[in-house]
This record gives sequence, structure tokens and C-alpha cells, in this order.
Amino acid sequence: MNHIAPGRNAGVYSYDDIDRRFVAERVEQFRAQVERRLSGELTEEEFKPLRLMNGLYLQLHAYMLRIAVPYGVLTSRQLRKLAEIGRKYDKGYGHFTTRQNLQFNWIKLEDTPAILHELAEVDMHALQTSGNCVRNVTTDQFVGAARDEVVDGRVYAEILRQWTTLHPEFTFLPRKFKIAIMGSDADRAAIRIHDVGVFAKRNERGEVGFTFYVGGGLGRSPFVGKLVRDWVPEEDFVAYLEAILRVYNQYGRRDNIYKARIKILVHELGQEKFTQEVEEEFARLRGPKYRLAPEIVDEIRRRFGGPAFETLTDEPESFQAAKAANPDFARWVAVNVLAHKVPGYAAATISLKPAGGIPGDATSEQMELVADLADAHSFGELRVSHAQNLVLAHVRQDELFTLWTALEANGLGTPNAGLIGDIIACPGLDYCALANARSIPLAQAISARFADPARQQAIGELGIKISGCINACGHHHVGAIGILGVDKKGEEFYQITVGGDPTLTTAIGDILGPAVTADETVDAIEAIVEVYLSNRHDGERFIDTLKRVGHGPFKERVYAAH
Amino acid sequence: MPLIKDGRIVEDEWVAVADGEPVPADRPAIITFERWQAERASFDGRNAALGVRVKSGTLAPAIASDLDRFALVAIEFPKFRDGRGFSTARELRERYGYEGEIRAVGHVIPDQYRFLLRTGFTSAEAPENTNPESWAHALTEITVAFQPSLDDPQPLSLLRRRLGS
Repeated sequence: MNHIAPGRNAGVYSYDDIDRRFVAERVEQFRAQVERRLSGELTEEEFKPLRLMNGLYLQLHAYMLRIAVPYGVLTSRQLRKLAEIGRKYDKGYGHFTTRQNLQFNWIKLEDTPAILHELAEVDMHALQTSGNCVRNVTTDQFVGAARDEVVDGRVYAEILRQWTTLHPEFTFLPRKFKIAIMGSDADRAAIRIHDVGVFAKRNERGEVGFTFYVGGGLGRSPFVGKLVRDWVPEEDFVAYLEAILRVYNQYGRRDNIYKARIKILVHELGQEKFTQEVEEEFARLRGPKYRLAPEIVDEIRRRFGGPAFETLTDEPESFQAAKAANPDFARWVAVNVLAHKVPGYAAATISLKPAGGIPGDATSEQMELVADLADAHSFGELRVSHAQNLVLAHVRQDELFTLWTALEANGLGTPNAGLIGDIIACPGLDYCALANARSIPLAQAISARFADPARQQAIGELGIKISGCINACGHHHVGAIGILGVDKKGEEFYQITVGGDPTLTTAIGDILGPAVTADETVDAIEAIVEVYLSNRHDGERFIDTLKRVGHGPFKERVYAAH
Repeated sequence: MPLIKDGRIVEDEWVAVADGEPVPADRPAIITFERWQAERASFDGRNAALGVRVKSGTLAPAIASDLDRFALVAIEFPKFRDGRGFSTARELRERYGYEGEIRAVGHVIPDQYRFLLRTGFTSAEAPENTNPESWAHALTEITVAFQPSLDDPQPLSLLRRRLGS
């Protein structure tokens, strides 16, 4: 394989000695905090938020370490390190999450300083992947690559990563705080279900500005984010966020953990009053101190370098011939490959959702293979998507067949991105201390039921999202079909919702009927799909058919036997 | 309780006065904001310095109009996880131009010391059995910051900046 050394050309923010020194200091700080906990100087109550801000959770069976993948972008070298850590300190695998991060589920507390030290060697950390602070910023997995992109969101996501890191005022917020940013007209980052969702766009003069949605979120009280301002000029990007966070830090509820997210504040104050508070704070904050100068934006953009694309044309002959000769490859291209902004390139999704598999899990060997493929075909760079898949964003179209062949040979060529088998699921009761029910076995059963790739493609775009409890880490509220695990007298049941939508037309799904058992859930999904297929008009997506015909026929079929 | 200033334990010249107790006329005294509101006229003509203690839910605008009467504002942290005080201190400095002492009282831990200083606090009340070394160490363990702050007037345009210790 033709290895390209990752580095400046990879399109990944390059650390310098200041960034490295900071991460190293944070590792040492955490080491000292662990020691102070062990000596009793820190109480468990005091230590808990400190370890959480270093990504360390205590789960059902072990500690879980959540490693930050800033805005989901990784180098091949970093992925190899994750593979190594998985082999050395976990059970030989890791789990990619809806937050574009990676979790190791079987970690020992005493190993964590060493793991953080190893991560620092490749400019990685676990900072602010948990705790009541501003969390790792998420974005489009095709950022910097998608043909429909208007603004490269990585630059602003990196600015946010820096600005939110150990923010002196906003590290002890009422509750966690998640920001997502999107630089296309499409929404691939579920903008309106975040505490703050930002669309980066350009005005008629080509200047960059931002639309702010605030107060979206799932959990036990799902809300769609409200429009707070349509245009914030680039230079006020940080000042505006500072204003939002100050209003939240001061007025967000702290009396009840379930009412502490900013969505409740926005809901209780009302969109208008909340917006007024933010605008007043912004008017006071705006000024030289918080101004995001164009020079710093340029400097951060420069630090990303950027892949050295060649001048190519779309649909080269060899690519067309490969598709014609190999229908499986053609299907994978049709389903998993997205148009690139540079002619002759494409962005390929590597599905971590094989039929019967665990959504988002990857073994150390798989990670190493993907790292090699990233070197060979995508400038040593790759991404984690919020749908728990991996993405090689800059693949030459005439290399797609070689890439696919290697993926296919290693069980990573599943052609189901965005289809019914591309299930998002939280870790559920197999791991999580909060869960009411298991998510993983259900995801496995559903994907096994719909294993046939031709059938999946015929069904078309249909997202299933599964959460093992009302905290909704599996985003069930916005699944075209959502599944929520509930506990009924010690038994696992599942409540089905339909009509959720995480995109521009964000919608929270409606409950279809009474909760059913796991086995019945798989049959219910099958029934829903049958009703859809027998009712759909040409080219109509599931959610559009559902809108047109209503719940009636679906409900009738699913609960016919009850 | 030990008072931390400039990374070490110092003598506290202020006396905290509980509601209902007499306020000494001849030495700096901290009263609650509630008492101030109820008895403010009684402090007219007082010569010794007066400080006020505010609960975490009392935000900067509530005390802004009286700030010239206070040489010290003590901001309560009922739990160290309640971070409202960071915004209150910052607003006292940036929005209202307050230049007196701002003290963190209640429950704060050394791991927050840098944040306290960066948002405008000048002193912190530590728990009785605190380890002074942890407070001193907190000033040196992280030497990089990414935001403008009170102890560091550089604008945002230097996102990554080295801190002096």
C-alpha cells in the first residue's frame, strides 16, 4: 500500500508546542487529582466532576473512558493509537458514539493517567467529553469535503474547541452543554437537537455569518432548538456564544437535574424573552475584547493545511467500468458514497453496522485497517460520524474500487449508510448505569432481520434510533422509527415512535402505541416497513408517506395481533 | 476558615457578622446582603470598611447600585459545582467596574482557583483542613489559556496564550 505520511496535508488541525504543553499539563493535573482523591484530600463528591471533565465515567461493570475526537476528525496515526490502547487497556475494541467520540468500556481507574499520557503523544485527550461544561463540538462528518458545503465548519469548530477549553466562567454550568455546527444548506449534524446549533453561511458579499438555534435537546423533555438570531457576523461569533452561556450560567435552573439544561430555560422564559436577555448581554459584551479578528480565523484555517487535491474529472472510466462489472460495488457507491466538492474525488462512509453487529463498535484490527486505508486513499485523515460510522472524506473516484475491495474483504463494506440497517443505538443496559433496557441486542436483531442489502436499498432512507432509557443518547426522538427501552416491573419493553427527523425539518417522533417486548419490536418494525412499502408513492421517503397517510394504517398493522 | 490570597494562607482582617449579631464599628465587617437591604440606613456614617455577602442566586445587577458602599463582595458557593459566582464576579468587574476585593466563600476547591482569579476574584475561603500546597500548585499547573480574562487583558485574538504564574 502506498502510505502517505499524515501531517500538514491531512487537513487536520496541527498542534504546536503550546497545544502540546497544555495537554501535557492537563494529564499531570489529572494525575495529581487522582492522587489527591486516593489520599482523601478530595472527597468523592469533589473528585467526580473532575474525573468527568477528563472523560472518565463509572459504568455498570467498569470505568468508561470517553476520548475526544474534536468535531469527529482524526489522523490515521491517532486511530492507530486508539487501536493500540484498545488492545492494551481494553478488550481489543472501542465504541464510536453519536457524539463523534470514542469510548473504551472496560478501563481500570489506575490505568487512566497512563492512557491519557499515551493519547497526548498523538495530540489527543479526553477533555470535556463529560461533566457540566461545554462538551466536544460536533459537526458534519463530510466537513471540508461535501459538494454542498458553503463554509468549512472545521475552522469554527476548532475556534470553539479552544475557546471552550477550561473556560474560567463556564466550567461549572447547571448541566452539560453541547454545540453543533454545520456549514452546508443540508443538516447532517442534527443542529436543532443541540443546546446550541449553528449554521455557518455566507451573505451576498461572501462574508461568513452564523444562524443560532438555542435550546434543542432530547432526553425526557425533547425540544427542537429555537431560532435566536439569523445572522451573527463572524467577528461576533465568540461574543454571541459568550452571551448565551452567561445567560444560561446565571439563570439556568440548578434545583433539579432534569430541568437544568438550557432547553428548559428557553422554554420557561419563552423564545422572545430568552432572546432579549441574550441580545442585551451581547450588546454589553460586544467589543474589542471578544472580537474574533479575521487574522485569527485565517491563522487557524492555515493550521489545517488541506489535502493537496489533484486536478481530476468526475466519473473516470475505470470507476464507471468497475461499477458496471460489479453490482455489489455499484450498490455500495450508490448508498455509501457522497459527491465531493473537488471533481474526481468522493467521500466514502465505512459502515460500522454489519448485519447483526453492534452499532459503532470497531476492533483494534479494524481500526488499524481503516488507518492504513486512510493513508492509502484519503491523505491519512478520517472522520467519525454522529451515526457511529467512519468516513474517508477525500478518496479519488478511481481508487474507490480498491478501497471497497479491501473493506469488503474485512467485513467493513456494508452498503447501508442512511438505510434501515444503519441503526444508531446507545450502549444500553449492557454497559450503562442509567439504562432501563438493552439497546444493542435489539439493534443486532433488527439489522439481522433486514440483512439483505437489496431489500435495504429498496426500502430507502429510513433511520432507526434506539435508546435504552429516557436520556435518549440513541436519539430515538428523532428517528424516523425511534425505539425507547422502558422497564415494566423488571422486564424490558420498548416503546416505538415514528416520524422523528434530525435534519432541517427537525421533528420529534410520536408514540405509535403501547410498548412491546424485544421480539415483538422486531416484528413491529417489519410491519411498519410493509405498510410503508404498500402505501408509498414513487420516490417517497418513509417519513413522507407517514405524513401523508397518518399513523392509522401503521398502528393498525403493528397492534393487529394484540 | 483559612483565607487564600496570592496562592497562600493569609491573615483575614475581615470579620463575618451573622444576621442579628452587632456589627463592630471599628474593624472591617462583612454583613449579608439581606441585612444590608433591611438596615442600610444604620450604616450611614460608618468609618470602618463594609463588605457584603451575597448568595449564589443574587446576581451582579442586584447589588450594582450599592457597590460604592462595599470594599468587599463575598460571593457564596453553596456547592463548588454551582458556578453562578464566576459570572457574578466577572460582571462586577467588567460590567460595573468594581475594584474592591471579591472573595469566594462557601465551598470552593483548589482546582477552581485559577478560574476564580480569571473571573475577577481576589481571595477565597478554603475549608478548615485544606492543604495550602494544593492552592499554590493550582496557580502553576496549567500555564496555557484560551480566553481573555480579568487577570489577562489580552483580547481574544490571541486564543492561545501563555499564562504567567
